[in-house]
Amino acid sequence: MPPSTPEAPVLPDREGRFGPYGGKFVPETLMAALAELEKAYGEAQREPAFQAELQRLLRFYAGRPTPLFFAARMTARFGGARLYLKREDLCHTGAHKINNTLGQVLLAKRMGKRRVIAETGAGQHGVATATAAALMGLTCEVYMGTEDMRRQALNVVRMRLLGAKVTPVDAGSRTLKDAINEAMRDWVTNVGDTHYVLGSVLGAHPYPMMVRDFQAVIGRETREQILEAEGRLPDVLLACVGGGSNAIGLFHPFLADGTVRMIGVEAGGLGVASGKHAARFAGGRVGVLHGSRSYVLQDPDGQIQITHSVSAGLDYASVGPEHAYLYEAGRVEYVSATDEEALRGFHLCCETEGIIPALESAHAVAYAERLAPTLPREAVCVINMSGRGDKDVQIVADLLEERGQP
Amino acid sequence: MNRIDACFAGLRRHGGKALIPYVTAGDPDGATTVRLALEFEKRGADLVELGVPFSDPLADGTTIQRASQRALEGGTTLRAVLAWAAEIRQASQIPLVLMSYVNPLLRMGPAAFAGAAREAGVDGLIVPDLPPEEAGEVLAANDAAGLATIFLAAPTSPPERLRLIAEASRGYIYYVSLKGVTGARTALARGVADAVRSLRALTPKPVAVGFGIATPDQAAAAAAVADGVIVGSAIVDQVERLRGRAELVERVGVFVEGFVRAVRPAPPAA
Repeated sequence: MPPSTPEAPVLPDREGRFGPYGGKFVPETLMAALAELEKAYGEAQREPAFQAELQRLLRFYAGRPTPLFFAARMTARFGGARLYLKREDLCHTGAHKINNTLGQVLLAKRMGKRRVIAETGAGQHGVATATAAALMGLTCEVYMGTEDMRRQALNVVRMRLLGAKVTPVDAGSRTLKDAINEAMRDWVTNVGDTHYVLGSVLGAHPYPMMVRDFQAVIGRETREQILEAEGRLPDVLLACVGGGSNAIGLFHPFLADGTVRMIGVEAGGLGVASGKHAARFAGGRVGVLHGSRSYVLQDPDGQIQITHSVSAGLDYASVGPEHAYLYEAGRVEYVSATDEEALRGFHLCCETEGIIPALESAHAVAYAERLAPTLPREAVCVINMSGRGDKDVQIVADLLEERGQP
Repeated sequence: MNRIDACFAGLRRHGGKALIPYVTAGDPDGATTVRLALEFEKRGADLVELGVPFSDPLADGTTIQRASQRALEGGTTLRAVLAWAAEIRQASQIPLVLMSYVNPLLRMGPAAFAGAAREAGVDGLIVPDLPPEEAGEVLAANDAAGLATIFLAAPTSPPERLRLIAEASRGYIYYVSLKGVTGARTALARGVADAVRSLRALTPKPVAVGFGIATPDQAAAAAAVADGVIVGSAIVDQVERLRGRAELVERVGVFVEGFVRAVRPAPPAA
């Protein structure tokens, strides 16, 4: 019998705050909808039939539990800690996002909503929402920045095949931030019959809590699996952090385990000094974006800055409020990997393990390459392989061609 | 007495209703914003709302999104808007209210903002993404500076929230007439009269209705039930159409005058 999971800190509080972070900074029109959602989610959590249906879908539809795989050749190549990959890339639709969308769309159905909407950056959350909506027979509309539609064109086709309407957002930086603005405008307008399936641990309460809870299955499984494989807890957990849902999902069930070091890897873009990045903890300040107080990349006048990352899923100006709390509490370390390092991580993962990772996940691999050699050989490190990289093959091919390395 | 309270008290004495035009400050430039505010007063507007442009205006429709974008491209900042407000104040005693998303305010600091706004002669503040639950710091700073914090009520607000909003709001209550973002609509949303009545049962504070009001007829219908009518996107749309034309200020003034007439009670028969 593995030891039982120690109790995690009870956060957020009743107001949806993680210390000073989080909250509900939204237009008044949405306040009642957030309260309705919080109530419905609370009821669903306590309802055995809902939980049983979610477990059934996670197992027989999404393909859980996902394996925890010992990456022997990557371990040998990086030279140091024993590296395990948590294979979220093997989930149905190719990323951890389905854990959350199955939960939320099931909840939307329980709430009597006929329509779901979502934002998407890399397209993985859009695909996962369209998938869950098709499965459960709800209408689905996904907002996506035109820059992201260009660089993640495969996922646009997938969403349309799944019956979703993909609405281009041609404002601001034409990326995830702008897609969330537009999805919130839709929700304000259609709040009666529509549920907004937010894709990360972002936004107003109860989203950061609810999405975390749906994603915590990653960490719960990892805990059991590593105890079985190694007979002890891991020394380090590594995950990329855009909004931060795959990271919080892996970290959360280990928060009370003081010996487990946790590291979130943000998108360093062209380097933090260049200003073209999405490293919120290195370059941001506390502010409010999309309903939540957290670290935000902003200019001295409080305007939100345009971010840059080779990976659309990490290309966002703020970060989940619980991450801000864990950063300030010193419980989780946050570092960044540049575009260049992530691409190197991408290739190394392909070549050593035969796994094509999402460019997002490749940031975690890139940091592992830096970290592993500094750790003893008996150290155990889990990398969250949050998604697969089929969607990124064209981007990488184009980059290789630009550099004359076909 | 705050200029906003004095304005509504004066109007109430003879059954008058306030016409409140909104423009995005800095669209197309600050000098025009100052001239527009003074022109609105000349045309009979009772109070002016100046929108502080924000990069991510998620409560706004496309008209104000575009205006915000233009204003930001022109270099508009919260500090610049305060400077233009001070210019307006030197020439006029019309009540001035800023409408800003919360992040620029937090970046300046609520206390620093409230002090600077009061110094500039600003009378009130509306923050579309700051419900009363999150407003503690901003409200305390504004109260200390004598700046009215105006909260929004929506068609989706249940009775207990209307009570909270009515209590927290200073100056007036901004009733959002519809579910949705700002922007012109063809008719006044249904249910406005009932909603305003519910608010009135809770508080003697004035209620102004905004969002979607694009024609004098809609303004008249809203004025029949509320203390004031806010016209935003329809005016911003005129500014956009007349950009670069010498007659911009006058033409937009005439447009606003049409709304002023619509909300005025009919003159007594001779």
